Amino acid sequence: MWKEIALKRYPIRSKTGIPSQQLIEKFRPYLYVVPALAFFTLFFFYPIAYMVYLSFYDWSLLDLSAMKWVGLENFQALFTDNDFYQVLSNTFIFTVFTVALGMGIAFFLALWLNQRAKIYGVVQAAIFTPHIISLVSIAMLWMWLMDPQYGLLNAILEWFGLPAYSWLADTKSALASLVLVSVWKVVGYNTLVFIAGLQSIPKYLYEAAALDRSPAWKTLWKITIPMLSPTLFFLLIINTISSFQVFDTIYVMTQGGPVNSTNMLVFYIYEQGMDFYNGGIASAASVVLLLLVALLTLFHFLVLSRKVHYR
Amino acid sequence: MKGGSSLNRLATSPLKIIERILLILVSLIFVFPFLWMMLTAFKTLPEVFRFPPTLLPEVWDFSNFLKAWESGPFLKYLLNSFIVAVGVLILQFLTAVPAAYAFARYRFPGRNLLFGITLIALMIPPQVIFLPIYVQMSGWGLVNTLWSLILPYGASAFGIFLLRQSFMQVPDEVIEAARLDQASEWKIIWKIMVPIAKPVLVTFGLFSFIYHWNDYFWPLIMTNSDTVRTLPIGISMLKASEGSQVWNVIMAGNMILVFPILIIFFFAQRHIIRAFIYQSK
Repeated sequence: MWKEIALKRYPIRSKTGIPSQQLIEKFRPYLYVVPALAFFTLFFFYPIAYMVYLSFYDWSLLDLSAMKWVGLENFQALFTDNDFYQVLSNTFIFTVFTVALGMGIAFFLALWLNQRAKIYGVVQAAIFTPHIISLVSIAMLWMWLMDPQYGLLNAILEWFGLPAYSWLADTKSALASLVLVSVWKVVGYNTLVFIAGLQSIPKYLYEAAALDRSPAWKTLWKITIPMLSPTLFFLLIINTISSFQVFDTIYVMTQGGPVNSTNMLVFYIYEQGMDFYNGGIASAASVVLLLLVALLTLFHFLVLSRKVHYR
Repeated sequence: MKGGSSLNRLATSPLKIIERILLILVSLIFVFPFLWMMLTAFKTLPEVFRFPPTLLPEVWDFSNFLKAWESGPFLKYLLNSFIVAVGVLILQFLTAVPAAYAFARYRFPGRNLLFGITLIALMIPPQVIFLPIYVQMSGWGLVNTLWSLILPYGASAFGIFLLRQSFMQVPDEVIEAARLDQASEWKIIWKIMVPIAKPVLVTFGLFSFIYHWNDYFWPLIMTNSDTVRTLPIGISMLKASEGSQVWNVIMAGNMILVFPILIIFFFAQRHIIRAFIYQSK
């Protein structure tokens, strides 16, 4: 198809017969992609390289002209810092719970809400609402809901005769509270992606299963879940990457506290770089985060390109 | 699928009623907090500090909105938010359309490589690389300007991806006919392809606008004075300026940020949902 288009185009274009015109034609596609690629280079690829470079220097935002080469010292400092291990472990726990709960709940909601009647469409829109609202507002709203003295959540607990919960105030509950907010925000998105996936499964598979009198759980296990595996995989990657970079809720709700119990990677990088002026440590931690995200992305592309889709 | 009569019978069966109740409960879990935000915004401070709380305000207090609005230069924040969201959108539109056209309609050496590069940019979030960009911006003297909020988002990998799909579906005949009419490639892009891709452009526009309207992280990093702050930053400062527990004013301030999006969502649900879940396909 491409050849045909190209062949058809050149005779028309060469009407002027000027060689430079043909040269323009040859470079035209490059001219068209250059503006976009210029932005990607300037604000994506160059910063990545620059970040790796910066991670080998001792520097601070206070005085950018005074950079000192320190080799791998930043990484050494990072990996001997107990706070950093706490940060990694918080990020890991937060990610595991957010992704597992966010996807698990969404999966069952999707099986339930994937129906034609209008009311299901309304419910789908309702559960999607938090996804399009600014995280800063969601963070402040949930701080109010979780207010230990006057918050709605403790009022509801009391109404059921349950004791008040400490939410963000306690090291034991703060991380769980942040997970709750993230799950609440992401469930609607995950559900709708699942529903889109469910609707792309060919109907005849279910008809065949019905003819075989396959029990519902078996249809779910043998047809729905395997056919949904690309969607499951996509959500797993997307949710994991976005959990790694959680920041807004931490910054607004806990500032990493109490006692570092909610300090996670991006917040750590922010604090080191912008508040403590440890540019080197911050860029080294950024490189660690980049590697984690890059590994996931690579994994994503590899699996996608091999199409391990049970098809 | 089923006949009308059986549907009616189902609708009144006890199981169906229980399901309806559960549906409403699930919806409330996700929508009621926003309603609570609104109700709190109308309460007086003594009523906010009542436990157990009242559902509806006893006295509807409209002054909280004024207090929130006057706690900082909110008109300026609003304007900045708007300039940034629209500026980003225009820039992304101008860079994505030609790039998507080239990726969709030309065959040239390096095409797959360059498109692959674009896809990588789709996967790495800005939170990962904010530090070097901040250093770059400060080197150019652009920190604390609106440029530092607009330029880094000048090209959208998602936009290019979306438009490319849509350009690929345009039948060859349409373009052939235009070429026979001696239309230039440039004209074909803007006069034929873009109008055809309008639904996708709307979809992408909604996504991009909402993303940048809501964005908190980037302006937090790049700005430190009121002249360039955007609405989410202004809102987050309410806790400091009004007192961390003056929830009625804080919630009123948040309504300024949330309400426009809720209104857009109410009227363009399908478009917005499609825009946000498109990446999954």
